[in-house]
Amino acid sequence: MTDMPISTAPARSLYAQDARTKKRNRAESRFRTYGMAAVATGIIALIVLLTSILGNGLSAFRQTYVSFPVELTAERLDPDGNRNPEEMAAVTTFGYLPILAESFAAHLEAEGIETEMGIREIAAMLSEEAPAQVRAMVLANPELVGTTIDAQILVGGRIDGYFKGRVTLDSAERDRNVTPEQLMLAQELADRGMMETRFNWEFITWPDASGSRPEAAGLGVAIIGSLYMMIVVLVLALPVGVAASIYLEEFAPKNRLTDLIEVNISNLAAVPSIVFGILGLAVFINFMNFNQSSPLVGGLVLTLMTLPTIIIATRASLRAVPPSIRQAALGLGASKMQSIFHHVLPLAMPGILTGTIIGLAQALGETAPLLLIGMVAFVREYPDFLSTHSNTFPLMGDGATALPVQVYSWTQRSDPAFVERASGAIIVLLVFLLMMNLIAIVLRRRFERRW
Amino acid sequence: MLWILLTLLFLGTLGYVLGRQRALASAGGDRRVLHSLPNYYGLNVTLLTLVPALLVLGLWLIIQPIAVERSVAAQIPAGYMESVENPTLLMTEVRRLAGGIDDAIDRGFLSPEEAANLASDTDIRAQLAGAGVALGSDVSEEVLVAAQSFRALNATGSTMMLIVVFLLAFAGLAYAYARTHKDLRARNRVEYAVLAILMGASTLAILTTVGIVLSMLWDTRNFFQLYPWQDFFFGLEWRPSFEGDSDLGLIPLLWGTLYISFIALLVAVPIGLFAAIYMAEYASRRVRSVAKPLIEVLAGIPTIVYGLFALITVGPLLRDYFAQPLGLGDSSSSVMTAGIVMGIMLIPFVSSLSDDIINSVPQSLRDGSYGLGATQSETVKQVILPAALPGIVGAVLLAASRAIGETMIVVLGAGAAARLDLNPFEAMTTVTVKIVGQLTGDTDFSSPEALVAFALGLTLFVITLGLNIFALYIVRKYREQYE
Repeated sequence: MTDMPISTAPARSLYAQDARTKKRNRAESRFRTYGMAAVATGIIALIVLLTSILGNGLSAFRQTYVSFPVELTAERLDPDGNRNPEEMAAVTTFGYLPILAESFAAHLEAEGIETEMGIREIAAMLSEEAPAQVRAMVLANPELVGTTIDAQILVGGRIDGYFKGRVTLDSAERDRNVTPEQLMLAQELADRGMMETRFNWEFITWPDASGSRPEAAGLGVAIIGSLYMMIVVLVLALPVGVAASIYLEEFAPKNRLTDLIEVNISNLAAVPSIVFGILGLAVFINFMNFNQSSPLVGGLVLTLMTLPTIIIATRASLRAVPPSIRQAALGLGASKMQSIFHHVLPLAMPGILTGTIIGLAQALGETAPLLLIGMVAFVREYPDFLSTHSNTFPLMGDGATALPVQVYSWTQRSDPAFVERASGAIIVLLVFLLMMNLIAIVLRRRFERRW
Repeated sequence: MLWILLTLLFLGTLGYVLGRQRALASAGGDRRVLHSLPNYYGLNVTLLTLVPALLVLGLWLIIQPIAVERSVAAQIPAGYMESVENPTLLMTEVRRLAGGIDDAIDRGFLSPEEAANLASDTDIRAQLAGAGVALGSDVSEEVLVAAQSFRALNATGSTMMLIVVFLLAFAGLAYAYARTHKDLRARNRVEYAVLAILMGASTLAILTTVGIVLSMLWDTRNFFQLYPWQDFFFGLEWRPSFEGDSDLGLIPLLWGTLYISFIALLVAVPIGLFAAIYMAEYASRRVRSVAKPLIEVLAGIPTIVYGLFALITVGPLLRDYFAQPLGLGDSSSSVMTAGIVMGIMLIPFVSSLSDDIINSVPQSLRDGSYGLGATQSETVKQVILPAALPGIVGAVLLAASRAIGETMIVVLGAGAAARLDLNPFEAMTTVTVKIVGQLTGDTDFSSPEALVAFALGLTLFVITLGLNIFALYIVRKYREQYE
């Protein structure tokens, strides 16, 4: 110790940082900033994504209506005068169009609103769906014929867009679907309180509408289709998934076959979803001749996709049940099967259900495989749970569409109003997903036990 | 159909009650004498009633349509087969007509006798249209005959199915009931059956894979009989035309796929990796508990949402502020649009996997590094990352496989034009876009233009499967290292 050489380097203060330390510290703080920036980028991306969708889609939940008295002239709607709904059904929507147009024009005149437009141009402000709307009302209640009703009539997509800021007087100059005069008339009507934009339940309940009437397009069929598919997935994937997991986790001997199954499951979880669509198309539709675009086929395809998720979650929660539970049951004379079905499974249930709900949420948002099995078809009839057509499969065999697929088909239409509809549909989809995830979180918080 | 299931269910319940009663009766009401708990005797009968009947029912429902189709197709005169333009559509026509006649009967427009006596010289199409059934074309004599035999075969098939299924159910019920006795080892039998059911369920995963591979192999084989495989794998042109004579080269699609995936990874890997490092090494517990779930929300958002985001927000933005000012193109759907949006989608895949992997690097390595005087970032760069590298590579490979197989973002964001180009602001297309494109709408499954989708699907499946297996192998191997 005593003969330690005296350092030749100049003494340095421990309090002053030398250049190298400064450099290293700078590198340290730079590195840290990168990390923070990365996290921030991720969160900002999420916020931009959500605001963009919300900003575009919230207006889909509001819709413009004009209210005026409609005179349902008996000579036109019920020529024979016997109020027989079957005979009145012979009058098509084209028969209702002049009635609406004349009532609308007459009302404008009565209110003292002057316009240079002809009756045809005035009528063009109303939605093409409006005559069908009134027709359905009349057929449901034939007594209305001959009376004058106060009706709220759907306004065309461009006029609606004007109140939502999508259409302006300038853009109307260049648009052959709407004229500036129509917009000014709409503005005057709105000022007088006859035209209002209100909450739009019809967006959730009505079926899809054709490309020229975005104002009447709704999500009714898509929501029912998605619901049916979720039922199929739940009914098939949960029992099969749980059964498979119990076997693999509790009974399977360690051999080649079980190894193969394990590798298979983890690979299936990563197979691109569109491949499942090809499988569904080839097996369920081309080979087994199931009805195209039926929720049943969609549900089957989604079941195959969801199975790996459910199996992985179930196995994890089975594994989390401590062996002491099994041993106690076995010690009291239960058979292995009894110990699992009476004790392990109930304890693992919250975890299994959480995994299942998350799997269902994934399935609900899946689009690509459904495109291939024909769910892009334009469907206006609400699908029945028990289908009545004898040539389709009796359970959920009717054609339908699904929420995410509806979004896709609306993006393929040319009218810009469908962008708003598509974003609105996404909001509905996200609300469903949010609810499912909340349920999963609550389940986990309330019932999950840590051993 | 539903009532068959309900009746079977009723029989099963009946079997349960009967079996239980009989077992108790054979024990003279003293349940201690029974070999198993009384419920097991009931379940034993139920299982023997239901399982064979349901199995046969399921198989029958799958096989009958195929068998009927085959035999009807065989009945159509060969001469007529050749005279029509498209023999594969003939069977669709037959099926539609048969379905239409059935519909008309259901709705009460035709009596079954009238349906049986439909003659092709009357205008069946108009007749059925009156009943609200729309047919695509006029009905010829041959199609009508085939449709009638289709209906007849289906009707006999369904009756036979009913008879066989119910016979089986009753036989199972009777047999099990007769065998029920206090000494029957009912629990062991039931447990054996349950085990078999569990085992069956777990093989479904294999069946799915086999189904995927077989369904694509079959149609890919058909495709290569119509289109030379060299032209598919090495063709530089993608130009399908439905008049025939299409160019169906894989290369431009593969190029688009890889280019977009590359840009996506360029976005996702640095952001995801840095986010993971920050979360694992720097962030306080509070920050972590907020930021981690928020980033993982990105993984739970359906891809159609990203697609719409690309279509209405990112695409126009990139076009107006980058592509047009720089003179690089004026298409809102481009490689860049799809790549960036897909990159955002992949951030959580990279970050949460890397996070797990970084967390599983043993603390002793960090402590050793700090003890030698390294700063935190030096520790990360020189100790933790090298130790975690294989796992991170696995995570990136998994993300790459997702990117290659992703569909909706590229369908809405990348465009449909197949081209071999380097300009990232140009619209390009991918394998998945073309699968969707060739298989949606009215497809004729005998043309190479539709069948090519199966070859594309198989290519996609093989590529992603390879990536997945490789990635899982790396991740698994890495995990073992520190466990």
